[in-house]
Formats: sequence, C-alpha cells, structure tokens
Amino acid sequence: MGLIMTLTPVTQSSQIPPALLEKIEEAITHYPVSKRSAALPLMHLWQNHFGYIDESGIEWIAAKLELQPIAILEIVTFYPWFRQTAPGKTIIRVCRTLSCAMAGSYELHDQLCKATGIDSAAGHDHGLPTSPDGKFSVEFVECLASCGTAPVCMINNDLVEKVTPADITTIVAQHS
Amino acid sequence: MSTLPSAHPKERRIIFGNVSEPNYAPDLETYLKHGGYNEAKKAFTMKPDEIIAEVKAANLRGRGGAAFPTGVKWGFIRRDDGKPHYLCVNGDESEPGTFKDRIILHQDPHQLLEGIIITCFTLNIHLAYIYIRCEFTHAKAILEKAIEEAKARGFLGKNIFGQGFDLDVYVHEGGGAYICGEETSLLESIEGKRPYPRIKPPYFPAVLGLYMAPTIVNNVETICHVKHILRLGSAEYAKMGTAGDGGTRIMCVSGDVMRPGTYELPVGAVTMGELIFDICGGLKPGRSLKAIIPGGSSSKVLRADEVFKIKKPGPDGAMVEQETKLLDIVLDAASVAAAGSMIGSAAVIVMDDSRNMVWALNNLNQFYAHESCGQCTPCREGVLWMSKISTRMLAGGGHENDPKMLHTVADNIAGRTICAFGEAASWPTQSFTEKFAEEFAAAAGKN
Repeated sequence: MGLIMTLTPVTQSSQIPPALLEKIEEAITHYPVSKRSAALPLMHLWQNHFGYIDESGIEWIAAKLELQPIAILEIVTFYPWFRQTAPGKTIIRVCRTLSCAMAGSYELHDQLCKATGIDSAAGHDHGLPTSPDGKFSVEFVECLASCGTAPVCMINNDLVEKVTPADITTIVAQHS
Repeated sequence: MSTLPSAHPKERRIIFGNVSEPNYAPDLETYLKHGGYNEAKKAFTMKPDEIIAEVKAANLRGRGGAAFPTGVKWGFIRRDDGKPHYLCVNGDESEPGTFKDRIILHQDPHQLLEGIIITCFTLNIHLAYIYIRCEFTHAKAILEKAIEEAKARGFLGKNIFGQGFDLDVYVHEGGGAYICGEETSLLESIEGKRPYPRIKPPYFPAVLGLYMAPTIVNNVETICHVKHILRLGSAEYAKMGTAGDGGTRIMCVSGDVMRPGTYELPVGAVTMGELIFDICGGLKPGRSLKAIIPGGSSSKVLRADEVFKIKKPGPDGAMVEQETKLLDIVLDAASVAAAGSMIGSAAVIVMDDSRNMVWALNNLNQFYAHESCGQCTPCREGVLWMSKISTRMLAGGGHENDPKMLHTVADNIAGRTICAFGEAASWPTQSFTEKFAEEFAAAAGKN
C-alpha cells in the first residue's frame, strides 16, 4: 500500500483552485437544458489551467456532469485540440492545408522543428511532438481559416500571419 | 489580424461596412454610432411572418456552403407549436480556403448579435448558441464581452428592448474538428456527445435539432445579412444579386494571386476573371493560370482551359445555353453549379502553372483523411486509402492503375455516407483525376 501511494503522482483533480471551480460552475449555467452540454467547455477550462487532461480530470468532469468517464474520454480522444499528456511550454501550430502549403508551410514546419530540436517526422499519436528541453511543441494542424495571409501559424493563443523564415529565429528566441 | 484594404469599386461592403471604417472597434458604443441595433428595434415593430417574407423575398442563400434559401429554412419552424426552439450559429469556419467569419467574430461581434436577436424574435427562440472553432482563441472573449454589453443595455437577457421577450446567447467552443461544421454534428457537439453527424431523415434540424427540438443552424455571415435585409428592404437587397441569389457574398481568395483576401461583392457582379485579374491583381509575374477551386476545398476543381455550357438570359430574355470559358463564369451559385462545381463557402483557391496537381490533391486527401469522423465505413476507410494512394504517387511509387483506383474509391464513398463529408472528400479526387488525367498518369507510371 505504502509503495503504491509513493508511486501515485499528484492528480489534477486534487489541485482545483477556487477560481477554476467558479468558472466551471458558471459554464454549467450556460446549458439550462442539459448539463452534458458543458462537457467541451469544462474540458477547455481544465486544459487551459492544467495544460492537459489527466485521468483524474476525465473522471472529475464526468462526475461533475453526472456522466460515466467514457462519455468524457470518448470526446477527449475525438477532438484534436485536447491532449492527455503535458505539452511544451510554447505550443506552435502550423497550418498544413492547401493555401498555406502552397505558401511554404511544409518548409516552415521543418524549420521550426529544426530550430526547436523536434523530430519533424514524429507523429502525435501520444501527445504533441515536444522538444527535449520541454520548451516547445510543434504540430501540423488543418486549415486555420486565415488562407489570405498564408502561411500562418498559432503561437499559443495568437495567430501569426505571413510567417517568413526570418521570423522563426525571432519566435524561438522570444519563447526560449 | 490584417485590416481590410480600401474597397475595390466593384465591392459593396455591407457585412464589412463597419470594419472598413477607420478606427472601428468591437465595442457597443462604436456599433451604436454606426446604426447598431436599429434593425433589431425595428424587428419588434414588425410581425414575425413579415420578417420571414422579407428574408424570402431578399433571396438570401446560406453562406456556409450549401446555399440553401434562408427564408425557406426559417419557414420550417412553426412559431407557435408550443415547443422550445433554438438557434445555433455556425462559426466553425473550417472549410479550407474560407476566412471571412473570423473577421466578423473578432471585429464586429455586435453585428452578429443583432442578427441573432432579429432571427430569434422572428422564430420565437429564447436560447441561442454561437458555435466557434476553438482556434479562434480570442473570439470567445470578444463575443462574451459583447454579450455582456448588450445585456447591460437591455438588448439581451430578460425583457429585451422592453418588449417582454427573453433571449440568452452563449458562446460554445469546438475542439478543432472539421466535421463539426456539418450541422447535425455541430448539434451533437453542443450536446456534449461525440460529434457524429445524425442519420437523415429528418433532413432539417428545423424538425429535430438541438435537444430534439426545432432548431435553426445558420452560418455567421448569413445571420449578419438579416439586419441588412431589414435595413435596405428586401427589394433593394435582392436587386444587388441575381435571380434567386440576393445580396452580397464575401469571396475569400487565396493561393497564387497578387492580392489574396476577402472581397464583399454583389452576387453575380463579377466574373471569375474579373475577380482574379481586376480585383486580386492577377497572377504572379510570368505565371499562367492552371486551375481554380471555386468554393472551398470540397468543391470540384475547374481547369483553366475548360469550356462550360451555361444558361444565360438571351436578347429576348429567354434562357439560352452559351459556351462559357472558366474566366467568364459569373460568380453566383447557379452559374458555378452549371459549371459542374459549387460556390460553396465562396473560397476561391487559385493555382498557377507552377503547381503539381498530384501534390495539391494529396494535400487535400490528407486533410479529409485526418478529418473523417470515422462513423461510416466507406468514408473512414476510403479517405485513408485515397490519401495513401496519392502519397505513394507523389513519392514516385505509384502503380499504373492508381488514378483509376483513386477515382473508384471516391465513387464508392460519395452517396454512401450519413453526411455530405462523403461527397466533400470525393469531389476533389474525382475532379482532379478526371481533369488532370495526363499529370496523374505520368505520376502513376513511375513504378
């Protein structure tokens, strides 16, 4: 028993701050017809706070909405936005789809991976491709709806348009 | 976000009217100074049936892709059936090539809220959700601030405009899945379920929608147009467009043109050639046109040298079939459909002679392979097969039979799935392999 206790990591659900709980309660009120509708909003709040959603998070959200954990797990795994492992400190999402690809987003993705020490060929089946120092995650995403200013990427929550190779050095330096 | 350049003489900025003003800000006071909420107030002086009749007479068609007549869709709701009704605004904007709603959501949120208020009053709706893609990280806060401002002014919440009408509006963020733009998938997503599109019939959420109640799902741009129909009157609004396709449509141009961007044009006011050469500044120096995707990545590609048979009004007013070149196609829903493609979300992707069509199709195949929700077998399996085939062709390992195989796989997806994603994923493969057969044959013979 003692051994198991020492090996058990600290769960996210044991560290919910009051401010997060308040936002969660508020989000639930937006769905007067069905609590279950608050699943995605709660997942967003959770991931925004903790960086990812661990098993305890899935169980906690499910219990909060009076659902079985599978009802949350099956949407955490469906949507590309959500992850179950910790990402790098700065997340860079490079648009992969046609208009951006025509404007050089593949080269951009390669160069960003190289500059941050990430294997550009790595898939992301098990979390985001992340640099060994934990500073960056770089992933290809589908169309970011900014095709007129291609190529674009998102750095954390901000859209960066018409990205040039020269910008990469600045981006990496700013977030290192 | 980039600000819009000054308008081209052919443009008529209605939806983008405010955001074109210098120093326009997304707050309520600025919106009010620009005639904000005048039409919402006006709506309460009208009868709901009158408003529906106006929207019908305006010939407003949905701007999300299907171009369904909005007034007809609204007419499916029985206002006094005693059931709750809902409005879900589709701001998932994920069709490759489309980038118009993001401007409205970030820069003119009150315009959308005013459209929502008019729509909800008309259809007896007291709860509305704005579904936005979560990659629009700042839009949620901007919209929620706008909702708070409107509430504080008595434009939303209880007893709005003192008219005894209640309306709550909330923002719902998606999770980065293209399929949620399909309206029944969007509803499942709001219900907190895995967003698998629903089996049809019923074909319209107006029959069974959110929480199995009558629901209207409209695109962001569509809802914004409603205000301007009431402002201009349906006759003047309809007059801007062509028969059965009224108003303005925001064209999103990307790819190999000098000035990509969003251009709000009266429907049918320009041809494809005028859009690309006059408005977007033409192709890059020394390049010639190869292909155009006219309405988002799901619409069938058009080849530069194609000639289409399109019906146009003749000298006596009767419709006559005329041979029409690609650049002479008028940009309205009917003309692009007559050319065998669709206006879709009005996302025009231009490709010049430097582009490899196998490479371009492979890019789209990878998109659909990533975005298939996996519910229906033909799509779940087929899109991955298509992606694998085009990938190996591009890598030089293609088999001679690959172009035919690609087409066959596509043929076996389209029409065999629960939702239109099946067609959306098949049309690029079908059209690229048919229209650029030589290029595909050359890539295939390398093994």
